[in-house]
Amino acid sequence: MTSRGSSPTGIRFENIEKRYGGLAALRRIRFEIEPGECVALAGRNGSGKTTLLRIAAGLVRPSSGELTFPSALGTAAGAAPVASKTEAVRAKATAGFVAHAIMVYDELTAEENLLLFARLQQTPNAANRVEKLLHEVGLFDRRDSLVRTFSRGMRQRVAIARALLHEPSILLLDEPSTGLDPQGVAWLAATLRQLRDAGCTILMSLHGESEISMLATRAIRLDAGLIVADTRSGAELRSILTFADA
Amino acid sequence: MSLFSSTSALLGKELRTEFRSRELLTTTVVFILMVIVLFSFTFDPTYNESRRFGPGLLWLAFLFAASLMLQPCFLREQNNDTLSALRLSVSDPFAIFLAKLVANTLFLLFTEVLMLPVFAVLYNVPVLRVLPQLLLVFFLGSLGVSIAGTALSAISAQARMRELLLPLLLLPLLTPVLVSSTQVTIGLLDASPYIEWKGLGFLVAFDVVFLTLLWLLGEYLLEE
Amino acid sequence: MKKQVLAAIVVFFLVGAAAYGAFFVAPTERTMGPIQRIFYLHVSSAWTGLTAFFICFVANVLYVIRRQPQWDWLSVSAAEVGLVFTSVVLVSGPIWAHPVWGIWWTWDWRLTSTLILWLLYVCFLVLRTLVEEPERRALFSALFGIFAFLDVPLVFGSIRWWRTQHPQPVIMGGPGSGMDPTMWWVTFFSWFAMLALMTLLMRARYVMEAARGELEMVRHEAEAV
Repeated sequence: MTSRGSSPTGIRFENIEKRYGGLAALRRIRFEIEPGECVALAGRNGSGKTTLLRIAAGLVRPSSGELTFPSALGTAAGAAPVASKTEAVRAKATAGFVAHAIMVYDELTAEENLLLFARLQQTPNAANRVEKLLHEVGLFDRRDSLVRTFSRGMRQRVAIARALLHEPSILLLDEPSTGLDPQGVAWLAATLRQLRDAGCTILMSLHGESEISMLATRAIRLDAGLIVADTRSGAELRSILTFADA
Repeated sequence: MSLFSSTSALLGKELRTEFRSRELLTTTVVFILMVIVLFSFTFDPTYNESRRFGPGLLWLAFLFAASLMLQPCFLREQNNDTLSALRLSVSDPFAIFLAKLVANTLFLLFTEVLMLPVFAVLYNVPVLRVLPQLLLVFFLGSLGVSIAGTALSAISAQARMRELLLPLLLLPLLTPVLVSSTQVTIGLLDASPYIEWKGLGFLVAFDVVFLTLLWLLGEYLLEE
Repeated sequence: MKKQVLAAIVVFFLVGAAAYGAFFVAPTERTMGPIQRIFYLHVSSAWTGLTAFFICFVANVLYVIRRQPQWDWLSVSAAEVGLVFTSVVLVSGPIWAHPVWGIWWTWDWRLTSTLILWLLYVCFLVLRTLVEEPERRALFSALFGIFAFLDVPLVFGSIRWWRTQHPQPVIMGGPGSGMDPTMWWVTFFSWFAMLALMTLLMRARYVMEAARGELEMVRHEAEAV
């Protein structure tokens, strides 16, 4: 797994708010993820995890607040509000996003899907990159099968390959282990560990403790759109992640 | 340049998925065929009568078929949240619309060309001598239908009662297309065919206005 | 509150004066007789309806740019009030047509275009009922409103071209052809009175919509707690 090691990038949320009608999905979200950190987002369903990730990916426009991507060198890369086009484009160029849905076409084969998105992202050397990724996620032998015929674990592998196409320096994952069998989870944990060790910044929402949550170097807990806990210390981190999600 | 390459990549995907299942094309062809046959019961389809009513019913059939065919255009992208993947990948969201509207125009044209001989035979209208002109009207009309329809299907995909909503929003908006293409077709099927330049002008104007609007407003149609 | 009552009284007298003008000041039309007096209601409502839809369009554009709910409230108020005036046109047209030509409806290009215009804005309101989430509803209806309004010139143009291609009953050679100047004055005064009425209705509707929007917001917040 390769990641764009040259410029590790962090994410800075500055007073992000998101309201759907009157309903506040996120309130006063203010924190910064250092380049290379692996952050786990915890919280019950509807606490705002998905919205936060989709804002970070540049898919959802926050009602107010700013999102910036400071690089490791300490210079904030553009202080423009995320609503502005340049920052949204920057988010697209930086972050790889694995959503809850797999974000690839059922009617296309694994290879066709990856080639399509590689061409859309103008990945240089698209064919080579796709072939390499197919090997890395272990789908090379099934590259000509329609995604529709894949098992849940294989679908998640395609989804992750798609997110890694442009060698992102930030990876955003929304409950990536949902529906995976134990081998799938083990594979995912190994993959993410490799990426983290290569300097990739990771922000992922999780519930419960698993092999994947062991990777986290920091945990943040959301409740009703507010950050209620944020820690880097080991013991506290575990307790935040295992906190009963009633 | 990136708009062109993204659009062609996406167009390839649209065509490939459709030709793999062929579900849109087959259902649309059967639908138009059915309307054409059923319409023949509403008047006596002799040559004279057909020339007066034929073009209108043909275009009505095309419009209704299109308003059904365009239904899944954005709905399909919701299955696996692929619309988000597209939004993250393309640098210009207009490419998403452009690819879809070109694909829809091609699908519509294909079904129309397939149905033309059936129409000509059942309604006793000679079409061969004005075929190129007819194809031009079909193209300009289908383009207008596809532009407006693709834009509105992005809206209807996110609303309730979406199956009813798309025709409801689309059909009144397409009045200029219906009026102009019907009049031009009537002119072409006349005993001594003539070209209604003004009607063609309205079709071009509609296409240009709505393509510009889509270019300006497309990204808002995809907002979450 | 006092201001609004005062405004309502002023509008009442303006509309009354316009009616007086239509019935007693304007001369009787030579061929059509007294029934032509409905013209003043018909034409001034048509112009006012178009004005309201134009306001709706401006609000739609501003909403897409600024994303403030106020523009959404204005757009729905303008669309509804515009529909009321357009309905007056569609009803008064046949009332006028029947004694003059002996038929209720004629596919005259102005009447037909107005009918399509009316349909477009009915669809605008239907769309609003089918999108749940307020911001999405506001954005989508604003975008559809922009499409619809810019479609109007094409609708009018194409229907006019189509209907004037074929011979049809002549409905007075369009306003301006040999109309008495007094008739013009009465027409413009009626339009002015209708515009005042439109402003009054739109304001009332806007206040209602604003209250509804705020109530929705408060209810959501209460549910969230």
